[in-house]
Amino acid sequence: MTKSDPNGRKRLALIASKGTLDWAYPPFILASAAAAMDWEVGMFFTFYGLTLLLKENHPAVSPLGNPAMPMKMPFGPESFQKISWPIPTAMMAVPGFNALATSLMKQTFKNKGVASIPELRDLCCECGVDLIACQMTMDVFGFKKDDFIPTAKVAGAASFLEYAAEAEVQLFV
Amino acid sequence: MTALQADHTLDCSGLLCPLPVIKTSRAIKEVQVGQVLKLIATDPGAPPDMAAWARQTGHELLDSHTEDGKFVFFFRRAK
Repeated sequence: MTKSDPNGRKRLALIASKGTLDWAYPPFILASAAAAMDWEVGMFFTFYGLTLLLKENHPAVSPLGNPAMPMKMPFGPESFQKISWPIPTAMMAVPGFNALATSLMKQTFKNKGVASIPELRDLCCECGVDLIACQMTMDVFGFKKDDFIPTAKVAGAASFLEYAAEAEVQLFV
Repeated sequence: MTALQADHTLDCSGLLCPLPVIKTSRAIKEVQVGQVLKLIATDPGAPPDMAAWARQTGHELLDSHTEDGKFVFFFRRAK
């Protein structure tokens, strides 16, 4: 999709390739902020990022394989909340630990005044951000267009590259 | 300095990035061109972010200062 007016609004072309709660934040934050600055925004969802377009999507986070992730508690006195808990790697593999980490991260973000992923996705839709699902990934993982939110469009690599070629900012997340 | 008169006030206290930017972009549409929007925010990232938002959108940042530990901004709607 080429720009109708080359001197018009700035454009952000962004690839969202990861579907976990922690990695869902950067693309939606950047896209919604760009839209708030009157930029034209296209988000291309590929590989695991594609799951962020599902109608029913509850992204989770795993401390396993995230060695730098601080484990902090979203409740209690401030000095307690500042403690970064040293969790042994073996603990992270215990069933239920991902669910615990996910709920702690959601609660921490909420307490700090950060929007949730569904809120940010809705904001992007309301601001006219183009949400584009990668056709190839859909075929590989067996997703249908109906699985996604109604505003999602479907396109391939060439379409995204054409869109990105005229973008002032291109990001891969 | 004479105090700026706001036509509309938006309070983003307690909200972090990118919500102050998003809410401001909506609130500026609530005032007429030439009118003034006042924003109150506590996000420590707000001063550089709101200045960037004003530069990118063309709305004029008339004043920014801190008041009772909060950041206060005045924008004039440009278009």
